[in-house]
Amino acid sequence: MRDFVSARARAIPPSGIRRFFDIAQTMEDVISLGVGEPDFCTPWNVCEAGIYSIEQGSTAYTSNKGTPQLRGAISRYLDARFDLRYDPEDEIIVTCGVSEAADIAIRAVVDPGDEVLVAEPCYVSYSPCVMLAGGVPVPVPCTAQDEFRVTADALLERITPRTKALVINFPNNPTGGVLRRSDCEAIADVVVDHDLLLISDEVYAELTYDGRHVAPATIPELWERTVTLNGFSKAFAMTGWRIGYLCAPPEIAAAALKIHQYVALCAPVMGQVAAYEALRNGEEEKNAMVREYRLRRNLLVDGLNAIGLACHLPKGAFYAFPSVEGTGMSDLEFAEALLREQHVAVVPGSVLGGPGHVRCAYAVSREQLKTALARMEEFVNGLKY
Amino acid sequence: MDDTDRLLLRLLEENCHTPVQDLAVMAELDEQEVRERIRRLEETGVIRTYAAVVDWERAGDGNVAAVIELKVSPERDFGYDRIAERIARFRQVRSLRLMTGVYDLQLLVIGKNMHEIARFVAEQIAPMDRIRETATHIIMKSYKENGSMLAEREEVERLPYSF
Repeated sequence: MRDFVSARARAIPPSGIRRFFDIAQTMEDVISLGVGEPDFCTPWNVCEAGIYSIEQGSTAYTSNKGTPQLRGAISRYLDARFDLRYDPEDEIIVTCGVSEAADIAIRAVVDPGDEVLVAEPCYVSYSPCVMLAGGVPVPVPCTAQDEFRVTADALLERITPRTKALVINFPNNPTGGVLRRSDCEAIADVVVDHDLLLISDEVYAELTYDGRHVAPATIPELWERTVTLNGFSKAFAMTGWRIGYLCAPPEIAAAALKIHQYVALCAPVMGQVAAYEALRNGEEEKNAMVREYRLRRNLLVDGLNAIGLACHLPKGAFYAFPSVEGTGMSDLEFAEALLREQHVAVVPGSVLGGPGHVRCAYAVSREQLKTALARMEEFVNGLKY
Repeated sequence: MDDTDRLLLRLLEENCHTPVQDLAVMAELDEQEVRERIRRLEETGVIRTYAAVVDWERAGDGNVAAVIELKVSPERDFGYDRIAERIARFRQVRSLRLMTGVYDLQLLVIGKNMHEIARFVAEQIAPMDRIRETATHIIMKSYKENGSMLAEREEVERLPYSF
């Protein structure tokens, strides 16, 4: 029999943490700082809206783009919150999470052979999506010295005549780095000079602790060449509802919509109803969660630095990204030994394009954070003898 | 009183054993300032006391709790304050509030059993001057206290790793 698996599917590397899963499975008392989702439950008024929609029998397909109510609410929210202007009629598509939005955005613009710059470290899906579209992902490193921001120099070094787009993800998973307006302007110069498209995943935008999130598409010359991705998972603790959205100039949105209608048809209706409620009445609960993340961030970063795992203060998202280089171990060795010996799960940075670091999510209770820190201290102290 | 004070109050209300060092880290202050602020909050009576929240049922103590509504005739010059002050002094009265609506004072009363609560109401509260009417409601089950759900719920399984 032939090997039916396509060359493109084969080219995607397997998950870098499969074996960590297997080890964790054998343990009872793992404290996981390895998660990429809030520990909070979805605010109850939002759940009620979802339940009510099912009770009402609202269980059918919606418009491909998403319900007009939700698109309208997203448009008003983006304007009020981030000064972003998108027309709900032909510039916003509701998707099955930001994962789908990233996929259809990339497939809407990438032709075989196109090079796509991907600012790393970052969420794991962008490069595989580029490869599935036949493109070539080109990693652009963001370093601790630059507070993990993407710099014009790093971009310029990797641009070739085949470069078509740049994917960025700020506030950043896994580093917690954010972009200031001046950073966005520097990116804008490069993107405009080289006639590139910017794909900006801003799913952590609400989790910005110092100052306000700057959306790249608010730089005037960037709007027409930016696809803005966002969603409800992180801000409103709604990961399992799978509701994200893509915003883009009409031509790009129309192309993405064609792909969306064949791969997903539409995002789940009950999720869309719940997301609408989150935008209408979710502000206070969201703010309470953001305040709590900030307290945890302070505890975790202080604790990591006290242990000797050098960690900059992340200004966004819910991750700390300490260096483990001082331990003499690679991030993979560190993460595995820490899990085996102290039952604390962290994500090795190299699976996210950031070797030498580990990602510690503070999406766990303060109590658990303190316990995890105590275990990590014991682990690191044990290494010194 | 500023937002930082309010943050410290919220953290202490949640757990008054939180070490000063942790409070300082979370509130982005130095420890000296945290001590100073807490001292001020204590002195001005904003912090009344440091107390444990106890689940007496779990402690094996079969106490009975009741909400008691009182209709009260207010006094000239004092309104409800003097009578409320007297009622509040009973050990059995855990909380006491003046309400809008069809009755005036609302008491939360704890007793060893129904009999004790009945006697307390009949012998101590009902005969007081100015008490016109009482209504006693025994609490059958608590679902949420002080912002915390009481029922043990199964932990929602989350994957140990996700990106």
